[in-house]
Amino acid sequence: MKEHMTIISNRQIAKGIYELTLASSLVQRMHTPGQFVHVKVATFAPLLRRPLSLCDINHEAGECTIVYRAEGTGTTLLSQKQPGETLDVLGPLGNGFPLSALSSGQRALLVGGGIGVPPLYELAKQLVKNGVCVTIVLGFQTKDVVFYEERFASFGKTYVATADGSYGMKGFVTDVIEHHALSFDVLYACGPKPMLKALQQQFPHKELYLSLEERMGCGVGACFACVCRVPHSETAYKKVCSDGPVFRAGEVVL
Amino acid sequence: MNRLAVELPGLSLKNPIMPASGCFGFGREYAKFYDLSVLGAIMIKATTLEARFGNPTPRVAETPSGMLNAIGLQNPGIDKVLAEELPWLAQYDVPIIANIAGSTVEEYVEVAKRISKAPNVHALELNISCPNVKKGGIAFGTVPEVAAELTRAVKEVSAVPVYVKLSPNVTNIVAMAKAIEQAGADGLTMINTLLGMRIDVKTAKPILANVTGGLSGPAIKPIALRMIYEVSQAVSLPIIGMGGIQSAEDVIEFFYAGASAVAIGTAHFIDPYVCPNVIRDLPPLLDELGIQHISECTGRSWNNGQTVYCGA
Ligand SMILES: Cc1cc2nc3c(=O)[nH]c(=O)nc-3n(C[C@H](O)[C@H](O)[C@H](O)COP(=O)(O)OP(=O)(O)OC[C@H]3O[C@@H](n4cnc5c(N)ncnc54)[C@H](O)[C@@H]3O)c2cc1C
Ligand SMILES: Cc1cc2nc3c(=O)[nH]c(=O)nc-3n(C[C@H](O)[C@H](O)[C@H](O)COP(=O)(O)O)c2cc1C
Ligand code: FES
Repeated sequence: MKEHMTIISNRQIAKGIYELTLASSLVQRMHTPGQFVHVKVATFAPLLRRPLSLCDINHEAGECTIVYRAEGTGTTLLSQKQPGETLDVLGPLGNGFPLSALSSGQRALLVGGGIGVPPLYELAKQLVKNGVCVTIVLGFQTKDVVFYEERFASFGKTYVATADGSYGMKGFVTDVIEHHALSFDVLYACGPKPMLKALQQQFPHKELYLSLEERMGCGVGACFACVCRVPHSETAYKKVCSDGPVFRAGEVVL
Repeated sequence: MNRLAVELPGLSLKNPIMPASGCFGFGREYAKFYDLSVLGAIMIKATTLEARFGNPTPRVAETPSGMLNAIGLQNPGIDKVLAEELPWLAQYDVPIIANIAGSTVEEYVEVAKRISKAPNVHALELNISCPNVKKGGIAFGTVPEVAAELTRAVKEVSAVPVYVKLSPNVTNIVAMAKAIEQAGADGLTMINTLLGMRIDVKTAKPILANVTGGLSGPAIKPIALRMIYEVSQAVSLPIIGMGGIQSAEDVIEFFYAGASAVAIGTAHFIDPYVCPNVIRDLPPLLDELGIQHISECTGRSWNNGQTVYCGA
């Protein structure tokens, strides 16, 4: 569950966006897209681990890939790590996207916003392997931070939108879905909470799986840092780290 | 001879290492990492009479060498803890210290009466950092008379020894400890978290939804050590020390300050294996220091090597 993984590569793929490839036997325990790893970026500071989603799992090579945005102390430090160095990684943690929701020939719509895009990559890969037809909608702030468009395109029709219109369609992912009248059996999404809320409102009667983010302590379900409310209850809760991060729409209050 | 075994009121510990309350849930999550029977004891999450949801999120914020938390005593309530959590923990050979909390003296008394009768609960830990709703929300743990009254009331009904967990958010920790000792407590645990806050530079808003939270982790270790050093010389109660412990060296430092056992909290979030690792590292460290038994360390920084507290 906890290992020192070796950094194979750590490179910038868009403005402030990095792709980190790690190797160790821990990879053999990684199976489900949407699961995350809890990464200790430095020995002393910062103190806490950082939750980062699995973006690609490659059992044959014994490698996994994480795509992250360097923004705060931890992720900026991470972006300075060199190949050959090791990282203390706890995981895989949490419950990922349910693949069994779809069988061969059915249609999945994958919707990613910003740094919520990475976990959809492994998801697309596994769905396609199961014979599911995949359509992908990616939303970004601006042209400079767009990543993985071609990689997703190898799995299915891929649409890109930017909030400022500098690339692809101008607008939000919900605009793309409406504009192209995209239909699906199951929708999988990861991104900022306003995006998840908008999707939930757009498709109140469909089967949606949403991946949530919350500030974490332990990452394993022990500290109650990452809870969210359950509808119609004063005291019921779910923990994002151990019950999620993926929930069925309606299961928790966004 | 087990050189790590420690005897305290109500507690025969195979070693003096235990997870601190609120950082280990009810043990289920860490049982996936190792056999909980290796632990000296377990301090379970604060239990209240009714289930509590706690505070809105964000509930945690990072600080240099520490973290703030404002969980808000989320717990399933005493009925569920008695029916589900404690029976589940009974499969392990480890004494449980039940951390209890409340908004009124009556609530503490009710929880204490019931939880202290559970077969694997060997001691209570009174979390007195909670606001007293009948006294304008001032924490029980900030006024010595109030803390003493609460201690007395709980002592009267508890079937097991009562340890009181001191809040560091006071001007005179020694006066507080003395008042609690006189009220009949069997031991002290210290320290709880220090009140603090952080503000987001971009939004100018507090990071924690609750605005303020409790500071824990290595950042508070020097404060915990100073307080244990002062209190252990002023009272004759055994002390379970906590605050930023991460290693066997830290444990020895807490013993030297005056602790007879220790608890580890925040360090679990950094390394789930911290407790078994510290237990493993202690014997070789004692060898290196030329110490036979860990109890010899208690109070060494001020007592010139005499053992101050030799068990119940
Ligand atoms: C399940 C999950 C999966 C994630 N997957 C990815 C991913 O694949 N790629 C990616 O770039 N980011 C991902 N994130 C967000 C990522 O964890 C934060 O960007 C990161 O923790 C920020 O750390 P920092 O030190 O750079 O920022 P700081 O602001 O310095 O961090 C301070 C504290 O706040 C926490 N924090 C800050 N932002 C977030 C956030 N958005 N979510 C949770 N905690 C936060 C940090 O963990 C840290 O404890 C994920 C978050 C979660 C919960
Ligand atoms: C997330 C979190 C939750 C906590 N919950 C409780 C609690 O329910 N009851 C209590 O008495 N102390 C609680 N504490 C305080 C710890 O038990 C401990 O006293 C404190 O964190 C100092 O130790 P540390 O630095 O090793 O964490 C909590 C601490 C943290 C970080
Ligand atoms: S981060 Fe501790 S319970 Fe989720």
